[in-house]
Amino acid sequence: MATASSLDRREFLRKSVAGGAALVIGVYLPGKYEALAGVPAKDGAAINAWVQIAPDDTTTLVIDKSEMGQGINTALTMILADELDLDWKKIKTEFAPAAPQYFNPVFGLQGTGGSTSVRGSWEPLAKAGAAAREMLIATAAKRWSVEPSACHTENSSVVNTATGKRIGYGTLVEEAAKLPVPASPKRKDAKDYKFVGKATKRIDSSIKVNGKAEFGIDVRRPKMLHAAVARCPVFGGTVKSFDATKAKAVPGVKSVVQVSTGVAVVADNTWSAMKGRDALQITWDEGANAKNSSDAVRKLYQGRLQQTGAIARKDGDADGTMGGTVKKVEAVYEVPFLAHATMEPMNCTADVRADGCDIYAPTQFQTFAQINGAKITALKPEQVKVHTTYLGGGFGRRAESDFIIEAVELSKAAGAPVQVTWSREDDMQHDYYRPAVMVKFWAGLDGKGAPVAWKSRIVGPSIMSRFFPGSVKNGLDDTATEGIATLKYDVPNFLVEYLLTEPGVPVGFWRSVGNSHNGYIAECFVDEMAKAAGKDPFEFRRGLLSKDTRQRGVLELVAEKAGWSKPLPAGRYRGIAVVESFGSYVAEVAEISIDRTAHTVQVHRVVAAVDCGRHVNPETIRAQIEGGIIYGLTAALKGEITIANGRVEQANFNDYDMVRINEAPQVEVHIVDSNDGPGGIGEPGTPPIAPAVCNAIFAATGKPVRRLPIKAEDLA
Amino acid sequence: MGTTFTLNGKSTTVDVDPQMPLLWVLRDTLNMTGTKFGCGMALCGACTVHINGEATRSCITPVSSVAGKKITTIEGLSADASHPVQKAWIEEDVPQCGYCQSGQIMSAAALLAKKPNPTDADIDDAMSGNICRCGTYQRIRKAIHHAASLQAGK
Repeated sequence: MATASSLDRREFLRKSVAGGAALVIGVYLPGKYEALAGVPAKDGAAINAWVQIAPDDTTTLVIDKSEMGQGINTALTMILADELDLDWKKIKTEFAPAAPQYFNPVFGLQGTGGSTSVRGSWEPLAKAGAAAREMLIATAAKRWSVEPSACHTENSSVVNTATGKRIGYGTLVEEAAKLPVPASPKRKDAKDYKFVGKATKRIDSSIKVNGKAEFGIDVRRPKMLHAAVARCPVFGGTVKSFDATKAKAVPGVKSVVQVSTGVAVVADNTWSAMKGRDALQITWDEGANAKNSSDAVRKLYQGRLQQTGAIARKDGDADGTMGGTVKKVEAVYEVPFLAHATMEPMNCTADVRADGCDIYAPTQFQTFAQINGAKITALKPEQVKVHTTYLGGGFGRRAESDFIIEAVELSKAAGAPVQVTWSREDDMQHDYYRPAVMVKFWAGLDGKGAPVAWKSRIVGPSIMSRFFPGSVKNGLDDTATEGIATLKYDVPNFLVEYLLTEPGVPVGFWRSVGNSHNGYIAECFVDEMAKAAGKDPFEFRRGLLSKDTRQRGVLELVAEKAGWSKPLPAGRYRGIAVVESFGSYVAEVAEISIDRTAHTVQVHRVVAAVDCGRHVNPETIRAQIEGGIIYGLTAALKGEITIANGRVEQANFNDYDMVRINEAPQVEVHIVDSNDGPGGIGEPGTPPIAPAVCNAIFAATGKPVRRLPIKAEDLA
Repeated sequence: MGTTFTLNGKSTTVDVDPQMPLLWVLRDTLNMTGTKFGCGMALCGACTVHINGEATRSCITPVSSVAGKKITTIEGLSADASHPVQKAWIEEDVPQCGYCQSGQIMSAAALLAKKPNPTDADIDDAMSGNICRCGTYQRIRKAIHHAASLQAGK
């Protein structure tokens, strides 16, 4: 991380014309991975987060992340309020435009994902706040002819400690902005934080309970038209020919245009556009995937499972030691493709003109929106303005650019602002799915039941080979092996192989990515090993975590809080699982009952223990763990996208249903007090729930659940 | 021509295809975007509004069918987010992404109007048509009980 002193001051400080004098301050961070994304490396790097103070003391925090429910607006506001001693009531937030200053240091481009929001922004934003505070103090001290040490700050003012006189930041800001930026500003002592570390209510609730929060789908521009796109039902298929006569006859329809993803109907309202789309007569060239099916993908994976893969991790000699072990355990696990099903269907609004392009998007990756906008319009990237709205769920789906590209192409063709809105069916059948994967395990236990050799072979598609091709080397994609290659258990001979296998179905990031499937797969197999060893699943895990104290810590905490050692009422069963992901450790215990005649399972209670290191808002941690559990529970109980004749068979919530309130367990979240480096929180709650529930079913039935979603035969 | 109804207390006339769902009339004709599109098939509850006090999925409700009726949307539930359900939602920190919450709140408000002191089973019945992908369900449950107390003046 570059220090402030290594930077050109002009990169730091700018005057805000619109708001009068304003102090604009930030910290410059070199992008680490520009080359991976194919984004042209900017000269040096960028401001990561910044602050403007208006003459009336109102402080505007520019949020360089997308708010998709994870509470980043609130967390960043808390961080800045503490370091800069702001009056909580005088803080505003706005979403950053697309610009290199806002590149996420983890990605080297502007984007939100990988549970990096707080991790990426905390240090630079806190440092920016602390630097601004020193500059404001220095300015006030000069006016009073006292030493800066004779002053302190509170409620957006500098206070002369001896006299009690105070000057609001807004009156000091113009002069303060001319001062040199301190290279190592003094940071607040954690014990003096008023907000960070304390449960704080979200700052965006008030506009989310009265319909005023503007999501992408809510954008309204003068003379805006609405569009719906017919896309080939088979992945990779193209338009052979189409007849727009009937579509054009639908009242409200303005035009029919071919776009890169299919054929679009442009109308004066969404309903007419969708009706017009349904009236299109299109002949598709279905292409190479026309005969693809879930069965074909399974057969492909089963064949690949017979081969050896690229080595993702190798400790000791698993193959060589396996033969000499006392007891062998083998299993094949598999998971299906999953849709994201954000509540707000994909949409984007674009306004392409000769002199510029505005993109109003619920996007996780502003840089891609800008680059795509420039490419389609032949404008310069800086002429493409990206306006990030609130996101009605992201979960990785909004890291993609397909909906943005459509809007820009449509506005260019229509010569007017166009909003493209996907129906739920579009959203479900044209997703970038959570990969379907198949994993085979071989383990060998010694005479005491300890696994001394453990081999894993993972078969599945690679997300990164499409998204960041440069990151896939030697046939390895970390996002496909995480959750298994990252296991913490003490197993001296440990081998993880990966066979990158292309199933003809587009795949993408889905909340917790590889950990979502590998966490389930590995943690269920651990229970199979525990059973073979004749040990309690909690004690078995604990015995394998002598080295990793954080993993052991959450495991012990969850066992204590769930009353693991205490008997359950008749008919109730428990399962436990622990997964580290995105720098955070989460253990969960699920308590279930099974109706063996109806073949249904009910999850009554989930206890979670989380160690995400030092953290900003414990209330957000609770909310994210609660929500991550529901997200993972839907996948475990219901989620399955199947393919027949190259097409996704599911279309809406009737055949791809979600856990609803009547099925939602009571979740209790226990947070470890920790000073370790901050970990992510948006995703780590998801991976442990499927294995915790499946391990509870295993405890009830004696049969492991080796394939998701959980089916009636698992509950006999 | 045109369909006339009372929208958030005001007489409103729209001249659109009588088959157009109320959802799109609200969102595209009247630019009242607080009511959300989620599925188009009354499967998710994001589009819930009150029609003569009943929680109704506006995405499958042709505008012609609401002629002469009283419609309340999230924008009309209160002038200043002061409805007990809205207050309870803020106090229990319910929203995450927030997209489904207009519909959740309208369903909850209709429930409380009928059952001022709902049981958990009542809540399951009234709210299981509303999907929240962020998984805010336990907070929704708590907030409905909280709103019941606020409504009772406790």
